[in-house]
Amino acid sequence: MSDTTRETDEPTVDQTPAQRQSPDQRPSADGGRPPDRTQGADQHWKVVPAPVREPADTRRMGLRTAMAINAGKWAASLSQRLGLGSGGMIGGRLALTLQPDLLQRLATGRRVVMVTGTNGKTTTTQMVAEALRAKAPAVSNATGANMLDGHVAALLTQLDAPFAALEVDELHLAQVTERFEPSAILLLNLSRDQLDRVGEVRTVAASLQRALTQAPGAQVIANRDDPNIVFAAAGHPHVTWVSGGVRWRDDALNCPQCGAFIGDVDRDWRCQCGLARPPADWKVTDTGVLDSEGTHHELALALPGHVNRVNATFALAAALQLGGEEAPVLARVRRISQAAGRYDTVRLGGRRVRLLLAKNPASWLEMLDLVSSNDEPLVLVVNSREADGYDVSWLWDVDFEMLRGRPVQVAGDRALDLAVRLRYAGVRASVASTVEVALGGTEGGLPDVIANYTAFRDLHTRSRT
Amino acid sequence: MTGERVRIALVLPDLLGTYGDRGNAIVLAQRLRWRSIGSELVTVLSSDDAVPEDCDLYLIGGGEDVAQVAAVRFLRRGAGLTRAVARGVPVLGICGGLQVLGTGFVTGDGQRHDGLGLVDATTEPGRGRAIGEVTTQSTLGGVGMLTGFENHLGRTSLGPGSHALGKVVRGVGNGRDEAEGAVTGHVVCTYMHGPVLARNPKLADLLLEWALGEPLAPVPDPPELKALRTERTRVHVRNRK
Ligand SMILES: [Zn+2]
Repeated sequence: MSDTTRETDEPTVDQTPAQRQSPDQRPSADGGRPPDRTQGADQHWKVVPAPVREPADTRRMGLRTAMAINAGKWAASLSQRLGLGSGGMIGGRLALTLQPDLLQRLATGRRVVMVTGTNGKTTTTQMVAEALRAKAPAVSNATGANMLDGHVAALLTQLDAPFAALEVDELHLAQVTERFEPSAILLLNLSRDQLDRVGEVRTVAASLQRALTQAPGAQVIANRDDPNIVFAAAGHPHVTWVSGGVRWRDDALNCPQCGAFIGDVDRDWRCQCGLARPPADWKVTDTGVLDSEGTHHELALALPGHVNRVNATFALAAALQLGGEEAPVLARVRRISQAAGRYDTVRLGGRRVRLLLAKNPASWLEMLDLVSSNDEPLVLVVNSREADGYDVSWLWDVDFEMLRGRPVQVAGDRALDLAVRLRYAGVRASVASTVEVALGGTEGGLPDVIANYTAFRDLHTRSRT
Repeated sequence: MTGERVRIALVLPDLLGTYGDRGNAIVLAQRLRWRSIGSELVTVLSSDDAVPEDCDLYLIGGGEDVAQVAAVRFLRRGAGLTRAVARGVPVLGICGGLQVLGTGFVTGDGQRHDGLGLVDATTEPGRGRAIGEVTTQSTLGGVGMLTGFENHLGRTSLGPGSHALGKVVRGVGNGRDEAEGAVTGHVVCTYMHGPVLARNPKLADLLLEWALGEPLAPVPDPPELKALRTERTRVHVRNRK
């Protein structure tokens, strides 16, 4: 679909009437019934036209929906006033309880971009939201509440915003596309996450594939260098392929479709079962991105690293798909300097430090790549709480060997495991009781702190900007 | 052993290597290097013809049901592993590797599959997954306390041709008779991830001595490794994760 990615306002053939509504319409909350998605067993893809919807009008909103919206907003603001956090989640949950159809009703008439994948969801979602705001208001759940109640909460924050950029948990995309058809779906990457969950990658890939069959009219923007993503998206009729490379390969050695050995995923592989690496529409380079006509677009992001050029390319492709114009879109994406604390420079333990999140082998590799380009003091923090997974064997899947010759401080619940890993990697490490103590042991520069999920969350809370 | 290099075979990491089991190879190579002994890592992938029989030590990790069945099929293709075992070459099988090297296993779908029969152990699915820290007292001389992380559904019964690697102090292990793992000759199997050799240097050195056929010069454990072993073998009242 390379020919559609650069188009601006003109709708493409694959858009449903609902998606063609002009972006400044209010959501039509009474919506009509969702289109029938029942498909014949032999017919994998069937484009079901959505019913023509009445122009949106909040006065005609069903009583139940109006009540649910009001209750949700009330709960959110109450929770906020009581200091129980931003309040979004509880509001979303309450509103969904009162009106189970609320998500599809709130989505109706808006152009929604769903972002999923193992790594980069939060950052990319923020980029998409910012990119869309170049054209019109966009709501977003960029704080990471990425299941249905989080989506409802985000949509409730501004009922008349024509755009929404929503991060969605990999296993929940299918629940979303059961309810409504997003304008665009971004599939970033798939790799093992929490090791306590066995067989996850294949299960997730199959679930994403099912999610896409439920959204035949959506524009899919997908990573062609990740075989698991190729497997999930290859059958969809409208795919824009981004070539972003994959740093982590150990979950993609074998064909996700038939199990045959693929080997080097960097070449144009073609499996015996027919699954193959598709040609790229967008190719991420060392400074920007190359489009299908061979034009190079400099990205010049405030956010560091190749990984963020890939994220930005996904955001750019999505924004152009939804009618954005390149210059203002890029201007906004360039200015983003942190996403929910990731990559943020903060004050911690009396020092200015940069906070980096790495929560699985693939993202550890990305972050180690990032810090290997500098010579700053380095602190690594690993916890193993429920949200992290209790098993830290994955430390041995990460090439810490690339840190050889560089002093490293380690902290966190599992500092000793990390120290043993580094010892065997030939990296000189010292164990500190806390990150603040570790930072006290470093001199000069702007230290990088790479932390896994709960460790990052705690540091982000403890830090000041 | 060719020349002065110990050839360590990492068998089918593309099928069986879900839990950082590659780390066992890193540990072995580094412990040899600390003693100025060279090593060579021989990675055997499912795209290769068969397992070579001329390695000095074989490592087989864990994976899902489908991968285990595919691994058995691959390992039967040549007799490399069996012939090496007959020569007394050490083999370490982890988790799914234990089941593959055993006499047979039942997968989640109720199907029974033959294993390679290098240890006398049969495995069936249990009622729930055993997930958490596991500590055992090893039956192997000089190895002492073993620590690891287990994550498996299988429950393993040992036949007369094998004995347990350790007696369970904490955790589930094989789920039968307080046993954990299976040992026949120089074939050592365990449910322990962690990886097991990273947390248990004495077991790593024992395998290396078997591979070399001679005692190794002792090397002191680094302080963080001693501390990690103390932290992980501390017996909690409950297996709190
Ligand atoms: Zn295939």
